[in-house]
Amino acid sequence: MAEFKQAPAGAPLGVKFMTWVDNRFPATQLYKEHLSEYYAPKNFNFWYFFGSLAMLVLVIQIVTGIFLVMNYKPDANLAFASVEYIMRDVPGGWIIRYMHSTGASAFFIVVYLHMFRGLLYGSYRKPRELVWIFGCAIFLCLMAEAFMGYLLPWGQMSYWGAQVIVNLFAAVPFVGPDLALLIRGDYVVSDATLNRFFSFHVIAVPLVLLGLVAAHIIALHEVGSNNPDGVEIKAKKDAKGIPLDGIPFHPYYTVHDIFGVAVFLFIFSAIIFFAPEAGGYFLEYNNFIPADSLKTPLHIAPVWYFTPFYSMLRATTDDMVNVLSFILVLGAIGAVVKGKFNGLAKIGAVIAAAVAIFLLKTFDAKFWGVVVMGGAVIILFFLPWLDHSPVKSIRYRPSWHKYVYGVFVFFFLILGYLGVEPPGVWGSMNMMGMMTLDIAQTVSQIGTLVYFGFFLLMPWWSQQGTPKPVPERVTFAAH
Amino acid sequence: MKKILLSLLAALALIGAAGGARASEGGYAWDKFPEQKTIDVASLQNGAKLFVNYCIGCHSAAFMRYNRMNDIGLSDEVIKKNLLFTTDKVGETMKAAIDPRQAKAWFGTNPPDLSVIARSRAGSGGSGADYLYTYLRNYYRDDTKPTGWNNMVYPNVAMPNPLWELQGQRIAKFVEEKNPHEEGQVTHRFEGFETTSKGTLSEHDFDEAVADIVAYMQWMGEPAQHTRTRIGVWVLLFLAVFTVIAWRLNAAFWKDVK
Repeated sequence: MAEFKQAPAGAPLGVKFMTWVDNRFPATQLYKEHLSEYYAPKNFNFWYFFGSLAMLVLVIQIVTGIFLVMNYKPDANLAFASVEYIMRDVPGGWIIRYMHSTGASAFFIVVYLHMFRGLLYGSYRKPRELVWIFGCAIFLCLMAEAFMGYLLPWGQMSYWGAQVIVNLFAAVPFVGPDLALLIRGDYVVSDATLNRFFSFHVIAVPLVLLGLVAAHIIALHEVGSNNPDGVEIKAKKDAKGIPLDGIPFHPYYTVHDIFGVAVFLFIFSAIIFFAPEAGGYFLEYNNFIPADSLKTPLHIAPVWYFTPFYSMLRATTDDMVNVLSFILVLGAIGAVVKGKFNGLAKIGAVIAAAVAIFLLKTFDAKFWGVVVMGGAVIILFFLPWLDHSPVKSIRYRPSWHKYVYGVFVFFFLILGYLGVEPPGVWGSMNMMGMMTLDIAQTVSQIGTLVYFGFFLLMPWWSQQGTPKPVPERVTFAAH
Repeated sequence: MKKILLSLLAALALIGAAGGARASEGGYAWDKFPEQKTIDVASLQNGAKLFVNYCIGCHSAAFMRYNRMNDIGLSDEVIKKNLLFTTDKVGETMKAAIDPRQAKAWFGTNPPDLSVIARSRAGSGGSGADYLYTYLRNYYRDDTKPTGWNNMVYPNVAMPNPLWELQGQRIAKFVEEKNPHEEGQVTHRFEGFETTSKGTLSEHDFDEAVADIVAYMQWMGEPAQHTRTRIGVWVLLFLAVFTVIAWRLNAAFWKDVK
């Protein structure tokens, strides 16, 4: 136990009070460790706004969520009407609801940019692996949170979106149908589903989310922030042990983030007050029709933030499974011919490929679609060990690496776009009379391969080329 | 002020239109709903009157309270005297007079609730208001249908033309054409309407009346929408000033960092 301190005689009341508190709770210590004496690199750029903005949006979602729950009815017969009640009869209800619905999309925009920042500057590299993994877990929780929250307005898209996604679980071999039943609590999406999703959305997932956010920040403050140069600022310290390139988070980055918050709120408010539906992307038009289990909409699309992953699911057709099998064959041949490991490992690689191909061809492509969709998120967790580049930041990687990232981002956006659209949006192409290709589907299959290729081949491509010399200190020009 | 508001709205509508890509529904092109009607109180009031007269016999607007029409300048007294048919309390919601079971027997389906219909009908063809404005003006007589009516925008629609007394009756003329894609098949190309009996309104006046109804339905879809944009202007003005202050504050602190 820490030593019991005594405030000096005649000290102001505030000092006395804090001494009293600090003897019982490390308030001053926490304040110093996480704010006034947390030294962050001074060369943060635009990309570093999104962490604090994600925190802001989390707070917006929680606070508006609390008020929404006061008036919302998680009942299949009342839910849709209660949302309209909030929009019309609850004083200020519309603004609370729009903040929450816009906040959901804003959360994903901010988090995608935050993750991309990590990708650009190697923020997941040693010693920040756990910061990254907690972050990925937050992303996964966020997806669950958004998916279950989307059912609550009980519109047509809420209902049929949930129906489609829960049915995916039914594709899991052996346990699938029971698993889907367990999730729904019924044979179709119904009142039981609505109630359990409500429970998960307002309490279970947010609790986990908050815990993970705390872990994310504690881990970050333990190892210190990365920066656009990927230089460890703790390597060069002054006599007092303060990093030479570090500045106290408070006031420098708090004041910096307030500026970021102001710009963010401007855009956020512009949407809330002038385009809350955001052209049908944030609030889908179909969702203004109450859920009807007897009328399936012509086109069911998830909300935009899920669509890159949804595209990968749709891309996994029987043909795609054949392509994947073919790639596995090539991989096995490559391992045997070119692999720099011993004979036993080569045999192992061949057997593994054979087993994988057998499984691919045995189970339904729909199941592999689910695996691909889930795998696309899970693979992010392994990023710290996939990247073998000698340098962290994109700034000092070989210039052509930028194109690799560029292609990855391009296809991710294309996948996102195609996921919103119905199949066949780009028409079809006749392949010399042998077969017709759905162009959009083919492009999303290529996109899926690019996405996974980017990560799975990273141990190879990230080592290629000559990195540029990394400076000893961060590059910084005074403002 | 109104000009700023309108231009802001227009700018955002453009963004919405550019971003609002959706599945192409194909078919009949939607006409543009005269947007300025939604902020014209006289239009909204006339629309409310027409809505009560021609729509809520069959359709409810169950999330909409009569006295919300205070927002478009109709006092409780006026509402009570002119608009209440199915209830005598202005705090009630707009419930249809029809019995749902009879509706089902007559039309084969229950007339949908219209509270948020304008919001739900937006798509790649335009806004929900554009859809309704086109839909309600494109009915024609078709004796092959059980109700004797058909619609260009919503083929085989269950609802007969509710406004036929105003619009009159028309038939649609189609010409047979060779299908350019399928050998030996024909398609029917729409060539225009032919009026068979005149309605009580001229074509121009009828379009105006429909625009008023649609303006009302558009407003009813989100009665807070005018409040929303009005407050929004002030919020954005405040945030613009705040952003400048935050920017200078940041610069003041960071000038020490070398």
